[in-house]
Amino acid sequence: MAAASTVIEVRGLVTRFGSEVVHDGLDLDVYAGEVLGLVGGSGSGKTTLLRAMIMLNRSAGGTISVLSQAVDTLDDAAITRLRERIGVTFQHGALFSALTVAENVALPLVEHTSLPADVIRELAFMKIRLAGLPAAAGRRYPRELSGGMLKRASVARALALDPELLFLDEPTAGLDPVSAGAFDELIIQLKESLKLTVVMVTHDLDTLWRVTDRVAFLADKRVLAAASMAELAERSEPALVAYFQGPRGRKAAP
Amino acid sequence: MTAGSSTPATLDFDADRSQVRVGGHWVTAELGAAVDAVQSLAADTVRAEVIEADELAALDTAGAWLLLELEQRLTVDGKAPSVVGLGDAQAELLAFVREHDEGEDVPPAEPALNPIARLGIFMAEGTAKSVALLSFLGQTALAFAAVVARPHRLRWPALFVVIQRAGVQAIPIVALLTLLLGVVIAYQGGLQLSTYGANIFVVELVALTMTRELAPIMTAIIVAGRTGSAFTAELGTMKASEEIDALRTIGLDPIDVLVLPRLLGLVIALPLLTLIGDAAGILGGMIMAATMLGISFADFFARLPEAMTATSFMIGIGKAPVFAMLIAIVGCFEGFAVRGGAEAVGLHTTVSVVHGIFLVIVADAVFSVIFSWLGI
Repeated sequence: MAAASTVIEVRGLVTRFGSEVVHDGLDLDVYAGEVLGLVGGSGSGKTTLLRAMIMLNRSAGGTISVLSQAVDTLDDAAITRLRERIGVTFQHGALFSALTVAENVALPLVEHTSLPADVIRELAFMKIRLAGLPAAAGRRYPRELSGGMLKRASVARALALDPELLFLDEPTAGLDPVSAGAFDELIIQLKESLKLTVVMVTHDLDTLWRVTDRVAFLADKRVLAAASMAELAERSEPALVAYFQGPRGRKAAP
Repeated sequence: MTAGSSTPATLDFDADRSQVRVGGHWVTAELGAAVDAVQSLAADTVRAEVIEADELAALDTAGAWLLLELEQRLTVDGKAPSVVGLGDAQAELLAFVREHDEGEDVPPAEPALNPIARLGIFMAEGTAKSVALLSFLGQTALAFAAVVARPHRLRWPALFVVIQRAGVQAIPIVALLTLLLGVVIAYQGGLQLSTYGANIFVVELVALTMTRELAPIMTAIIVAGRTGSAFTAELGTMKASEEIDALRTIGLDPIDVLVLPRLLGLVIALPLLTLIGDAAGILGGMIMAATMLGISFADFFARLPEAMTATSFMIGIGKAPVFAMLIAIVGCFEGFAVRGGAEAVGLHTTVSVVHGIFLVIVADAVFSVIFSWLGI
């Protein structure tokens, strides 16, 4: 990651739900072309931070800049343009249940480009294949897919507009080890071939070791440490020790 | 790659047509013209041995797909043109898309069914659903018989919750709407009656129509919309989140736990609501009679006992438990019929309300026919 440019810059982020403070002065940088893992205990605000970066949550203070644009100052049109450059997958897939997988993937293309319908259809099936699904899966409805296929279909939709930045929320949660491992490889492949920058929230230690370049550890309402897994595993702060050097953490280490 | 800095994807043939130059940003947002150009190439009329890409400013997966499409259309006699001049990253991306986009063809869209096939499917599904509804009715009846034998097994707290929610909390809306209905009936009827100087008969008009027909059916329709839908949504959500399966695994019968309290609760609540509807409807009629027809409350009350026979009152109240059963059974059945996720809950809730109201009105018509045979 030498001399990499910054894609996301979070400075002094404050998030509150009512009287509960989730983030208090949180700083985070994401560099171009890296896979950054967001980890931390339950309730440490990982998903909330992710939602702030994809402009779904408003923060109470601090600044977030995504792809060199300060998101707090953008008007609706600018946010829409920025969102076209960002792909997001949600924890439970969040594919539109009334549409087939291919229609799900085609939707952003239909809405944001003026390409002819047959080209959009071809492109949708191409993205489905890129995400590692058989073309036949495109005709199925989300409820007919297994968990692993859903995750891939939701990646295909996130890739519809060829984003520069991909956000994944718990991408391997609930997958069997084989599917989770295959999903890890998919992310690595996409990152390398498409030059994507990836931010992922995950609890999966195997994924963290295999896929991430750096990991940001959230605790005490801020980023306690942001470094590679190997470095984090050596650190001596109690929270990090408990997370990375507990029985599960040690087992996942290569 | 921001909006201002990108240029449309271009595609030009050299004069001697031996090579194609591609340039500009071959990215999703800029592909429009290049797509048209590629699609207008008929495979056997053009040939080019080289696709020259050194002016290609940017490439994404959609651009790569189009490049492959172009390559395929320029292939003559199995000889594909070579793509030259790509940057390393672009070449890698192209290889990545080429590797993944091979294999089976895009499956064709499902053909639309002809009307006769659709009718057949509709009838088959309708029949299957009727059978399922009958079997659900049977299960519920068996569970009910078991509870009658051992009343302590009924979920009494759940029953009272249903009465509270479906009955007590519905009082304001039922009272208001039947009151307004009484006003409307008295006004429309009173207009006609007053031309014959028969103002006082508005008492019969209001009392009979409200107690015998309008209050029961109006109340049932409100309850079908309010409570039938709630039953379906509650049970459907439980079905979707596997709560109903969880009940089974800990040895509880979902019909016992979920359906019977709702059914019995509504059978108790709806007649009581209908009673309130009767009273509110007559009150509405009285208000209109007093203000428009000059019939005082005292006169109205004096005539009420002879105008409103016990039979018509009892017929109206007697229909309510039947309506309640229809609404509760349909509501619970549709809830149990949910398959899949949240979107199915919404679908079944709609069906539940429509079928509930439909059955209530059909049942009311059947009652009218029976009563006319019996002469009451």
